[in-house]
Amino acid sequence: MPHPPAVRATGLVKTYGTSTVVDGIDFEIHPGEFVGFLGPNGAGKSTTMRMIGSVTRRSGGDLAVLGLDPSTDGPAVRSRLGVCPQDDLLDIELSSLQNLTTYARYFGISRTESRSRALELLDYMSLSDRAQDRVASLSGGMRRRLTIARALVNRPDVVLLDEPTTGLDPQARHLVWERLYALRDSGTTVVLTTHFMDEAEQLCDRLLVVDKGTVVASGAPRELIDRYASSEVVEVRLTHGRPAEWAARLDGLGERTEVLPDRVLVYAQDGDAVAAALERLGLDVSSVLVRRSSLEDVFLRLTGRALVEA
Amino acid sequence: MTQTPVADDQRSATRAAATVRYPALALTERNVVFFRSGGAYWWLALVGLAEATAYLLGMGWGVGSLVGPVTLPDGTSVPYAAFVAPALLATAAMDTALAESVVSFFGKLRFARIYVPILNTPLRPMDVAVGELVWTLARVLLFAVSFVAVMLTLGLVRPSAVPLVLPACLLVGLAFGAVGMVVATALRSWQDFDLVGAVQFTLFMFSGTFVPVSTYPGWLQWVVELSPLYHGIELVRPLALGTASAATLGHAAVLVAVAGVGFVLAARRMHRTMYS
Ligand SMILES: Nc1ncnc2c1ncn2[C@@H]1O[C@H](COP(=O)(O)OP(=O)(O)OP(=O)(O)O)[C@@H](O)[C@H]1O
Ligand SMILES: [Mg+2]
Repeated sequence: MPHPPAVRATGLVKTYGTSTVVDGIDFEIHPGEFVGFLGPNGAGKSTTMRMIGSVTRRSGGDLAVLGLDPSTDGPAVRSRLGVCPQDDLLDIELSSLQNLTTYARYFGISRTESRSRALELLDYMSLSDRAQDRVASLSGGMRRRLTIARALVNRPDVVLLDEPTTGLDPQARHLVWERLYALRDSGTTVVLTTHFMDEAEQLCDRLLVVDKGTVVASGAPRELIDRYASSEVVEVRLTHGRPAEWAARLDGLGERTEVLPDRVLVYAQDGDAVAAALERLGLDVSSVLVRRSSLEDVFLRLTGRALVEA
Repeated sequence: MTQTPVADDQRSATRAAATVRYPALALTERNVVFFRSGGAYWWLALVGLAEATAYLLGMGWGVGSLVGPVTLPDGTSVPYAAFVAPALLATAAMDTALAESVVSFFGKLRFARIYVPILNTPLRPMDVAVGELVWTLARVLLFAVSFVAVMLTLGLVRPSAVPLVLPACLLVGLAFGAVGMVVATALRSWQDFDLVGAVQFTLFMFSGTFVPVSTYPGWLQWVVELSPLYHGIELVRPLALGTASAATLGHAAVLVAVAGVGFVLAARRMHRTMYS
């Protein structure tokens, strides 16, 4: 391989007291790759990001970021990272513009350069008209965009984005997507976490599905769909009763069923055949929908049961 | 198993130095940016000037007209206003340092939580501590300059003493700034500030501010030795009055020690607090 990995984790572990929140995960992220972490709440995504970002020390295993050990070379690692944490902690005493300029100064960027980058990024995130406003007066979505802008101010080699588009309206989300595409085209390595499957599918070259601190699957979005979901899904809703009560009657129609609070998913290679068979059962069906399977189905299969039970 | 926070070993310090030359000063600069954008810039200097004048006139001339001149341990006699003014200056240095290092710092640490995102930059908790201390010293200097200007105007200090008096004030500010940060990391709520205020007032009353400590009862003289403000006053006063001796150097050494121990403790506590 021509380049060493941007991030390499081997048997990475994080414990808090007696609970193990990251339980020996292995992964490699290559320079220029766009990698997404998927997983239910509490899976350990943010904790992993924080270990990569050298703000949380690992409890075990090995971790190399840009060839350096984040627990001993923190400042050197951080100088080349751009981090958008899950919570927007902006400097509430300062304006939007000042937030970016002061942050740039923490990286040793000159005053004039800091200012020109800050103005450029505000424009890039459609925040120019709020440049002089205190961040306390910004809306949640604007703060999120400002936090993303802040992560880019040092022109990082690796960008860590923890749920960057949570809380954004559809327009803002697409704006951010466009920016992230541009970032990828520029050769920047991007690591992102998200709960939006469409986002993961569209943006990421490769996904790591995490559950209870372990990687349960990894691969390109399409690969995961091919591997973990049949090609089609039939969504069945009945007029009466809760899905849990009647789901068993659909057994055998497809390869597998998934019971959700309002409907049952039947996975099959041929959805229309399942729909026809369903009709012959004579159930009081309120709706039947045949569709191609998506990343959402993969996510449900790999991690969904815990969510439904919870 | 104990969870050690992120280590800041020497290696990382030298590598960071390659990327950011003076990381701590970037934080100081952030405070300057906030200070200036608040419009409080020279408003604060003006308030300082007014406060200094009021104190000096009230204590020096007001009380001084009742008390008469004070005889120093070495036998020289000085007007009361000239005796009390350097003590008020040292106290002002303490107050300014504590206002920054306890009150503002606590607000930034616990409420605005501005240091949390800063940890994602090359800055380390240690750099934050240094940066905040430098800022505290800048505030102390600003205040001390206006205070000394009033003293000069009122003829309470000779111009030749000023180059020594101002650094002495900075040393007082450094000691209280470091101790203040230790206190701020230990405080849990704004209620705890009442206690800080009470301690501050007690120091002000019993540090040889208004009368020479030699007039205190013997046991109290021992207690006073524990007050860093006492050492601050015993440093600033002789320098202002031109009666400095070897003992003055001793008081300076005590302040250096307080500042050193305070700083080490503050940096360590911040490391723990910020990586919690
Ligand atoms: N500082 C901490 N002390 C103790 N436990 C923690 C701490 N930080 C995280 N945890 C625990 O670690 C687990 C993983 O948390 P983490 O934030 O990494 O999850 P996540 O995958 O990012 O979830 P989400 O999708 O909700 O953001 C959770 O059970 C959480 O309670
Ligand atoms: Mg998270």
